[in-house]
Amino acid sequence: MFEAFSYITLQEYWWIIVSLLGAILVFLMFVQGGQTLIYTLGKTEDERTVLVNLLGRKWEFTFTTLVTFGGAFFASFPLFYSTSFGGAYWVWMLILVAFVVQAVSYEYRSKPNNFFGHRTYEILLFINGLLGTVLIGTAVATFFTGSDFVVNKMNLTNLTGDKMPIISAWTGLAYGLEAALNLQNLTLGLTVFFLTRVLALLYFMNRINNTAIMERVKKQLLYNAIPFVVFFLTFTIWLLLSAGFAVNPETKIVSMEPYKYLHNLIQMPVVAVLFLLGVVMVLIGIVRPLTCFIKCSTKGIWATGIGTILTVFSLFLLAGFNNTAYYPSTYDLQSSLTIENSSSSHYTLVAMSYVSLMVPFVLAYIFYAWRSIDNKKIDIEEMKSETHIY
Amino acid sequence: MEHIDFSLVDWSRAQFALTALYHWIFVPLTLGLSFIVAFMETLYVRTGKPEWKRITKFWMTLFGINFAIGVATGIILEFQFGTNWSNYSWFVGDIFGAPLAIEGIMAFFLESTFIAVMFFGWNKVSKSFHLLSTWLVAIGSNLSALWILVANGWMQYPAGMKFNPDTVRNEMVNFWEVLFSPVAINKFLHSVSQGYVLASIFVIGVSAWFLLKKREQLFAKRSIIVAGVFGLFSILFVILTGDGSARTVAKYQPMKFAAMENLYIGQQNAPLAAIGILQKDKAEGQHKKEDFLFKIEIPNMLSYMAFLDANAYVPGIKDLVHGNPQHNILSYKERSEKGRIAIASLAEYKNAKKAGNDSLSAAALKRFEENYPNFGYGYYANRDVHELVPSVPTSFYSFRIMVGLGFHFLALFIVVLWLTMKNKIESKRFILYTALWTIPFGYLASMLGWVVAEVGRQPWVIQDILPTIAAVSQIKTSSVQITFGLFMIIFTGLLIAEIMIMTTQIKKGPAPESSSTIH
Repeated sequence: MFEAFSYITLQEYWWIIVSLLGAILVFLMFVQGGQTLIYTLGKTEDERTVLVNLLGRKWEFTFTTLVTFGGAFFASFPLFYSTSFGGAYWVWMLILVAFVVQAVSYEYRSKPNNFFGHRTYEILLFINGLLGTVLIGTAVATFFTGSDFVVNKMNLTNLTGDKMPIISAWTGLAYGLEAALNLQNLTLGLTVFFLTRVLALLYFMNRINNTAIMERVKKQLLYNAIPFVVFFLTFTIWLLLSAGFAVNPETKIVSMEPYKYLHNLIQMPVVAVLFLLGVVMVLIGIVRPLTCFIKCSTKGIWATGIGTILTVFSLFLLAGFNNTAYYPSTYDLQSSLTIENSSSSHYTLVAMSYVSLMVPFVLAYIFYAWRSIDNKKIDIEEMKSETHIY
Repeated sequence: MEHIDFSLVDWSRAQFALTALYHWIFVPLTLGLSFIVAFMETLYVRTGKPEWKRITKFWMTLFGINFAIGVATGIILEFQFGTNWSNYSWFVGDIFGAPLAIEGIMAFFLESTFIAVMFFGWNKVSKSFHLLSTWLVAIGSNLSALWILVANGWMQYPAGMKFNPDTVRNEMVNFWEVLFSPVAINKFLHSVSQGYVLASIFVIGVSAWFLLKKREQLFAKRSIIVAGVFGLFSILFVILTGDGSARTVAKYQPMKFAAMENLYIGQQNAPLAAIGILQKDKAEGQHKKEDFLFKIEIPNMLSYMAFLDANAYVPGIKDLVHGNPQHNILSYKERSEKGRIAIASLAEYKNAKKAGNDSLSAAALKRFEENYPNFGYGYYANRDVHELVPSVPTSFYSFRIMVGLGFHFLALFIVVLWLTMKNKIESKRFILYTALWTIPFGYLASMLGWVVAEVGRQPWVIQDILPTIAAVSQIKTSSVQITFGLFMIIFTGLLIAEIMIMTTQIKKGPAPESSSTIH
């Protein structure tokens, strides 16, 4: 089946899959957002235990999605993996460290004799929530703002020159940390940070049975939704008004094009619809519980969650489709990565495409398993009777 | 090639070794304990006896503690291929990335979905769905091992690929050759079954502690039976697949095999040094020649082990470095020259193609393809070829200690099982202490297996194609030194926490029957 697809179709298909995984990852980072709210929402040890356990039953999905996102990017666009990870070393290392400490914190937090004390594990969860969201948002923003690197595959044949035979080299001295100091990048980082907190609050609303926590959740939803909307609008307007990295479809030469991403949005109406629909759904999910008085909707997570996926998905498509360099080099425009010059071979993309057919099956069993253990809201009583708690 | 930053290469290697070894402390226990827990829960569902549920839940708790830190240490490995080995990621990413992606889609989601049901579903789902979830966690864990070990096996024996000079990378041409390469299959079977052995040793050792303390005797004996049977079958399989692994090493990585055996000069009817003590050769020590200070040999055994033929010729380190025309072995100097020609021809091909000179590019391509099997040796064209010889003492001793411990495990499983079935185990304190103290040796054997596999193949990241000096990322050595220190501190801290939590849970023992009987 996939063998008959052209190379560019497969490259686009894999960009869609990677974009979808990235979008799902941002949604699932509600776990990270929730981790930054444990002390804000939980005023007693029992309340904090409820919050930690609710998030703890989902942390592995976020983690697994991150790992799969990385694996899929490696398999389909290895030059990105090679250039970005090998260059923006410090940004990726800090993200990884943040996720390393998360993995154990849930399991070890409530175990007796856990060496560091339960407070330390809660702090580590907070660090994961803060660093993980801001830095991933910052790293994704470089898809639009660019980074300082140069790619020269012929370096591999350098046996006598004055440099190492390495094809991708970062020219910035801070190895990626400079990206975090770029205001536009930081704006997206903070957008992701507040978005994940909003998502977490909506998730708590949907899953926790505790009046005291719910009152705080509603208050915090407003406090976090405002900065989220401000940062999101700032980034979006900035993006649509700024120049982008256009690829000439014939010569493959990369050049700067004013309003490139706005042009992409106009020239790809399906993406524009997805983007607008996503934004509207995100806002509906937030506004409904904020504007109710007597019986409030607790299902905002569905609208905002799906809206998040659609919005992030369409942002990835804006970055990579319509003759755009998705990982631009501001140091050497012609080193910029496009879905054509950085992808795996036709054969590998075909083989991987067959594997991708498993995704609906995976989603189906995740949905079934979630439903089977999430059939009622979580409360303090359940924590007291549960034999395995975080 | 003096522009190579060797401190960067060494620190990058050290960081990978550190993170891989820390990861491998936890993974084998996860692989084996997941199945042991699944067997125990199956017994609970089949018999309906609450005692089996208590047993299952106790080992499941220990599984969870270990699993979390295994996940934590694992994420670094995947991304490190990009952060520290960026050239590698491009050069072979077309082949190597696929198993990692499949691992995520096929295995990690299976694990992470059903582990939640396994831990939190006792009172929420039916007995049979819970049991199915436990089995799916075991299968998911082992599937993830399959894909990463396939990827590792491919690095040791690159099959199913072809170099594309236009994209300057290797590309996959046959997925099934990658998946079913003899090295990959052996590596997977040997590594996972070794995990089953380690988990069995762990369960038996902890159960022995309960018997020594005269606590939870029924629980301990039942655990020993399950782990003993599983461990016995597994160790037999480890021995069988270990034998197969040795043959694939002899065939595809002759230098690793020669280093493992300290065979300096090749010979027919080669004997196996079952036990030996090495001493650096006074005259040729700088060329990594080691003499035997003492050894016990088994005649013809090495030839037989390597090629199933007692008369077979096994090449030694000297033959591989300096060549042996009688056995058609090229010297490393000759291979380096061929590699240099391959690298230079690639540059010529690209330049000729850019200039539109078809005849020149065709000639360069032909020369490149003729010499490509030695591509990686080209990076050693102006270097001492003895750098291509791995550490002989490390390979030699690691291999022998690992094999020796393997036979100790076999004896332990037989004795413990026999005594338990005769209902005499609790009175044999020496055996119980031996079982308890075998736990660290299980970990030691597990680590040494990887030391043999990875130190023995140095300096190759991809056998014969890509050495470490051409695979590394261009970053500052100081950055890698800092992250090395960071990981060392974090992983050591987490390991201490894990051991403290684990020992506390063990001392606590299985939960009282009342809390396990709800269902």
